[in-house]
Parts: sequence; structure tokens; C-alpha cells
Amino acid sequence: MPPRKREQTPATSSSSPAKASTTTQAARPSTPSKKTTSSSSSAQQIVDGIWKNYVTKTPQRVKLLDAFMAFLAAVGALQFVYCVIVGNFPFNAFLAGFSSTVGQFVLTASLRMQTNPENRKEFKSISDERAFADFIFGSMLLHFFCVNFIN
Amino acid sequence: MDALLQGDAAKNTRTLLRAIILLTIAGAAISSRLFSVIRFESIIHEFDPWFNFRATKYLVQHGFEPFWNWFDDRTWHPLGRVTGGTLYPGLMVTSGVIYHFLRLISLPVDIRNICVLLAPGFSGLTAYATYLLTSEMSTSPSAGLLAAAFMGITPGYISRSVAGSYDNEAIAIFLLVYTFYLWIKAVKEGSVMWGALAALFYGYMVSAWGGYVFITNLLPLHAFVLICMGRYSARLYVSYTTWYAIGTLASMQIPFVGFLPIRSSEHMSALGVFGLLQIVGFVEYVRLQLPSKQFQTLLRSLVLLIFLVSLGGLVLLTVSGVIAPWTGRFYSLWDTGYAKIHIPIIASVSEHQPTAWPAFFFDLNFLIWLFPAGVYLCFRTLKDEHVFIVIYAVLSSYFAGVMVRLMLTLTPVVCVAAAMALSQILDIYLLAESPSEGSQSLDSADATKAAAATSLLSDGLRSTTKPIVGVYSYMSKATIVVCSTIYLLIFVAHCTWVTSNAYSSPSVVLASKLPDGSQHIIDDYREAYYWLRQNTPRNAKIMSWWDYGYQIGGMADRPTLVDNNTWNNTHIATVGKAMSSREEVSYPIMRQHEVDYVLVVFGGLLGYSGDDINKFLWMVRIAEGIWPDEVKERDFFTARGEYRIDDEATPTMKNSLMYKMSYYNYNSMFPAGQAQDRVRNSKLPAQGPELSTVEEAFTSENWIIRIYKVKDLDNFGRDHSNAVAFDKGHKKKKAAKRRGPRSLRLE
Repeated sequence: MPPRKREQTPATSSSSPAKASTTTQAARPSTPSKKTTSSSSSAQQIVDGIWKNYVTKTPQRVKLLDAFMAFLAAVGALQFVYCVIVGNFPFNAFLAGFSSTVGQFVLTASLRMQTNPENRKEFKSISDERAFADFIFGSMLLHFFCVNFIN
Repeated sequence: MDALLQGDAAKNTRTLLRAIILLTIAGAAISSRLFSVIRFESIIHEFDPWFNFRATKYLVQHGFEPFWNWFDDRTWHPLGRVTGGTLYPGLMVTSGVIYHFLRLISLPVDIRNICVLLAPGFSGLTAYATYLLTSEMSTSPSAGLLAAAFMGITPGYISRSVAGSYDNEAIAIFLLVYTFYLWIKAVKEGSVMWGALAALFYGYMVSAWGGYVFITNLLPLHAFVLICMGRYSARLYVSYTTWYAIGTLASMQIPFVGFLPIRSSEHMSALGVFGLLQIVGFVEYVRLQLPSKQFQTLLRSLVLLIFLVSLGGLVLLTVSGVIAPWTGRFYSLWDTGYAKIHIPIIASVSEHQPTAWPAFFFDLNFLIWLFPAGVYLCFRTLKDEHVFIVIYAVLSSYFAGVMVRLMLTLTPVVCVAAAMALSQILDIYLLAESPSEGSQSLDSADATKAAAATSLLSDGLRSTTKPIVGVYSYMSKATIVVCSTIYLLIFVAHCTWVTSNAYSSPSVVLASKLPDGSQHIIDDYREAYYWLRQNTPRNAKIMSWWDYGYQIGGMADRPTLVDNNTWNNTHIATVGKAMSSREEVSYPIMRQHEVDYVLVVFGGLLGYSGDDINKFLWMVRIAEGIWPDEVKERDFFTARGEYRIDDEATPTMKNSLMYKMSYYNYNSMFPAGQAQDRVRNSKLPAQGPELSTVEEAFTSENWIIRIYKVKDLDNFGRDHSNAVAFDKGHKKKKAAKRRGPRSLRLE
């Protein structure tokens, strides 16, 4: 898959600013530490702060993964609600659909973790390209089983 | 010598040596399993394998699709069995693939030989998988090879995988060990690929053996313990969630498993840990973004709260019955008295008894006392993978203590742990360099102390003049190495002896020694089965106790009422009732089930103890579970509570169909009044039993198997006892004068 690889290589190079962002993040907790957590408003502030942080600090590629994960969660929730309302008559079909979203969500989360530069020390042996190839392999297996199971 | 120990040449040499050693181990593993084939012949042993063999033949003859949807109408006679949906197809499909592959390379091997030699073949692979697993655990290069050697010849594993033992465990143990290897690899690397491969092999394992539940609970437990130890890492998340997502889907492809992974209590731990990992992963992510300490503790309590709530939800679902409770087979592992009281059919299997101490030493020899040492060593260097070994060791030790059969799942971890311990010992005593003078002078303080000591005690203690003693001397090294070598050699001798004497006897043919030492083969089983095969109509139904169901189906090729797949307890109880009741009661039962022949196993003449009279009480118990007021176990015991077959036997016992069929005509073998049962060691009543509803059709050479034909209805509509009495010439009393009370004729 040479085109994929070409997509990937700038991505890895773009992860170097992310690395810079992590160092600032590590230093960050010292700055807003004057916040008190006694009231709910401060909790609100904290959540806002986190969100702001997320929007500014997260690289574009990771945001894309997060958007995909949010979409998967939404699809899974929809399927579940439909199953609750209508009933689970072809149970295997419901299971196949639901577990495909869950499995894909989990695999995407794994990819996000493996390509996160903060986790470099955890995944010494896995480069970003390797993580992506693993992700494809896992997804292929998952979808083979789902399609087989849905009849 | 030095040239061989350093650099690239050394690497190549070591690789070559390793390959040679592994090949030798595989050869030893295979050849030590061939005793029974060489001594007797290449046939399938035991009871269960006969069904697997029959299913494999069906698969090879008809192809995969018909096999997957196979409805077998030649077992469980009135009901039949949906075989495709009630068996683990992995074993048969594996043999079928090997069969077709050999055809492809134009080596047409008979399917029977593939089935017989499948277990030895896979034992070599098991040894290799153990090598891989242990190499992940230990830095020592020798640990893996030792573990492979242990696994190759341990009697604990050989007992279930000799040639001819075509049972699920033949391939399941390889898959078990290999799945564990892939899982450890996945946890260490944190890689999706290894996790997915572990899931694939887990799916294969599910298709092969019902013991996959062990893996389903062991891996989550490992992950859970790691979380509790505070060792959560992104690696754990990646490997576990990948394994669970793909593995659960893969396991649900097997029709026999179906929706169990989300509907039964055995699989709930995996689901629970999956959910917990999602929460923990998310919280870890958020915690890194959070500024304040209080919030982080709040988050932690939140995790605990969610976990407890979900646990409560699980309990609620189980109680309300949405999630099926534990099945009896697994539940009896926790509540060890449960099966005996509630499900006699589980307790009646000899393999489900608790294990005695000698069995551990018999099956594992010196590994059993190296095993705790290996587990202790795992504690010393507690990495993620060592936690796994510790958990596996503790759990499987418990299970092996509860059930003889589960010695099989204990064996791999014993081999791994013992190999780690032994390799540690050998590494220290073979490789430990004595500390040179140079290294001593480095810690100058010590050196000055030693100098001071020597100046004080110039000719005092030897330890001060020569500070290097103990394990570094050649003497101590030699002692330890020689001891280990002797133990290893004894281990090999023990394994060979045990395999040859205890585990290599086919149950289909019985071997006995004549006084002059030559071997005498007792082949009654096959004699009787082939008599059935050749002298009865193809659709004659055979009723026997369920132990022989598979063999009758496999060798005699006749429909049976019950077999070893004990899925319908009531049907088995029906057979038990027919066997343990009077003829007037059992004849209608046999008519209703269209039974043509009844087969009983009787070892009284030869002293063969595994016969039906010794199993008779289980038949009574199982029947009593369904019809407590018609069959009572108490009635088969004398007033003093003894189970007897001689003159003092109870009338219920003497009138039961089983007793009559076993001892029918047995007196004719002996001089009058001297009939002797050599299993029960008791004299039989002078007057043998009379049979009226069945007639003897065949008795094998040593009277081990007796087959009776069920009589048809009487031509004149009399009941059979009257008809027999009439034929014998007992005239009925003239009833002309003494008419009974009049009764109205209805037809």
C-alpha cells in the first residue's frame, strides 16, 4: 500500500509538534493550580479548560481518529436504542452490528494510543506505520467475523 | 572453544543446536506415544474418540457443508441428535484438512491412521509452543528448551494424547499453550497484531474443546490483577480489548457456543474486565489532562463506583435469569459436593473425582516439587508475564485438585515453572564466574577490611586467607550439575515407564499375561460389536448403558438409545429404569423405544471389574432422580446395607433386568452350585435367573459382552411370563370350576 504509506509519513512528521505540545502539557498543571475544586463552577471551568486544551493541543490526525470514535459510539448507541425499542429478533444480526462498532471503536482507540508520542516508552517496538498496519489487520479480521455472523 | 562462544558463528551454532534439540524433543514426544500402536494395532481407544472418529469419517465422505448441518438419526434413537450444533468441530476439521492435504501431495493415507496419529503429531507442536511460552518468561536460553523437553514426555499430558486417543484434548492443549504464548506476546508488545492472533487461536481453541472457558476466565483475571496492582498501561488496553473484541466474535461462530459468550455466567468475567478497561483507559487519559490532585482522587473513586454498580447489575441480571447461571459441570468445581447430590450423571464419571496425592507425583515426577520453586521465582521478578504464570499456577492447581481430569491443564504451567526453576539453578552453577581479584579491589573498603583481617589472623581461618569459596568452586558446581542431571535422567526413565505401563493400554482390547509370560489378548468387545454389525438388520436398535453408546455407533454401526454425549438426562434415566426394573416393567419401555437388542457387559467370569453390575448403582441413582417412587436405591441393598449378588441379594436386585441378563445361564459354566463371580468374589445362587421377555442372542468368548434379543409380542396375546411357563410345561391349574369374579368384555 504505497499511497497509504505516503499519507503516513507526513503524519509522523507532523507528530513532532505534538511532541512539543506534550512537554508543555507536562509543565501545564503547575499554572492553573490556583483553582479550587470545592465548587461546581470550578469543575465547569476545569472541563472547559480541558476542552480548550484538547482543541488547541491535539494534532489534526488524532482529532480525526476521535471524530471516528465518536461516530462509532453514536452508531453503537443508535443500534442499541433500536434494539431496546423494537426487540432483538435476529439476535445474531444485532450482535454482529453492535460488536462491529464496539470492536472498531476499541481498535481505533488502540491505534490512537499506539501513535500517541507520549506512549513512546510503552510501545518501543511499534512504529506508527506498523500500528496502522496492525489496525488494518485487526479490522479485517473483525469485519470478516461480523459479516460471517450476520448471515 | 572461544570461537564458538562469541560472535556470529556462535549465534549460528546456537541456533542450529536449538533447532536440533527441538526436533529431538518432538521426536521423543511422538515416539513415546506409540507404545500402544506398536504393541497392539493402530486403532482408536476409549469411548469418546469413537464418536469423533465417526464424525471425521462423515466429514471426509460428505464434505464440510453436510457435516456442518449433520442431523444424526442413528443415536438417541427416538430423538436423534443435531450433531452439527452439538459438537466442537475443530478436531474433525483439523483431521479433514490434514487428510485432504496428504491427498494433494499424493500420499493417500487412510483417515483412521490420521485420527490415530493426530495426538502424537500435535504433541510435538505442544512442546514447541511450550518452548515459545517459556522463552517469553525467562531470560535464560535454556528454560524454554527444558520446558519443551518436560512437556514432550510428561505423563500428565501423555495420558490424554497417546496414539489412538483421538479426543479433543489431543489438539486442545497445543492450542491452549499457543494462545497463552500469543497473549503474553501481545501484553508485552502492546500490539494489535499479536492480540488479534491470540484471538484467532482462541477461536480455534473454542472450536476444539469445551475447556476454552479456562482461557476465557484466565486472561481477564490476569488483566484484572494487573489493574489492581496498579500496572495498567496502554499495552494492556490494546492487547486485552483486541483479544476480547475479535476473540468473542470468533468464538460465537461455533454453533455449539452460539450466544453463550454474552448469555452465560462463565463468560461474564471477560465482559466485565473489558468494560472496566474502557473506564480505566478513559480515566487515565483524563487524569493526565487534569490539573488538580483532588479531582484525580475523585476520578478514582468514580471508577470504583462504576465498577461496583456494574457488578451489582451483573448479579441482578444473573438472579433475574437474563444471564444463565453456571452450568453444573463448572459449578461443581466450586461447590465440590454439588454434583454428587444433584447431578449423579456428572459424579458418575470416574474422571470427575478429586485427585489423590500420588497422582501428582505419578504424572509429574520431580516437576511437582520444582513447580512451587518456579512460581516463587516468578514472584521474585514480577513482570506482567510472571503475574500470568502465578495466576495460572494457583488456579490450575486448585482445579487439578478438584478433578482428576484437569491435571491436563495443570501440566503446561508445571512444565514452564519447573523449567524456570531448574534453568535458574543451572545458570547459576554452570555460568557464575567466580569474582576475580580485580573486581574485589574495586570495593576498596572491603579490600582494606580483608587486608586488615588477614594481618590480624594471618594463619587463622581459611575463609579470610582465601575469601572466594562456596558456589564458585568446581566441587560445588559439579555436585549440583550431576544431581540435576541424575534427576533429569530419572525423570526420563520414569516418564517412559509410566507411559509404557499405565497409559498405553487400549480399552477396546484387554491384554492379560499367561502364566508363561506370553501375552493373551481378550478381544470380546470387537467380537460382539462385529457380531452385531454382521448378524443384525441395519436398523436394529441397541439398548445399552451410555458408556458403550459411541463404540456401538462406531464399531457395530447400529442405532443406539443413549451415548456418551449425556445431553438428555431423562433419556438416560429411562434406560437406567429399564435396566433396574422387573421384566414386566422394562418390557413396555423397550417396546415403546423400539429396542431390538440389549447389550450388557459382564466381567464375572474373567474378573473384569468395569462391568455393568459395578455400574449398576449409578443406573439406579440416575433413574431414581426422575422416578423416585418407582426405582429406589435402598431396595438394592440388603437389610444390613450391603450390595450383594449372592443368595442374600434383595428380591429387587434378583428380579432386575440387569441382574438377570448378567447371570443368565452363568451356572451352566460351573459344576452344580459352584458358580462364582470373580469380580464380586461371591458364590452365586444355585438357581440361576429366568428370562421371559428377552432371549439370549450372543455371548462373547469370555462372557464379557452379552447381547439379548427383545422378544416380539406373544402371538396369542399372553404376557411373556405365562407364555414361557406354558412352553416349559407348567400346566395352568384347571380354572373351570373356580371361575374368578366376572368381568365385562369390552371389545
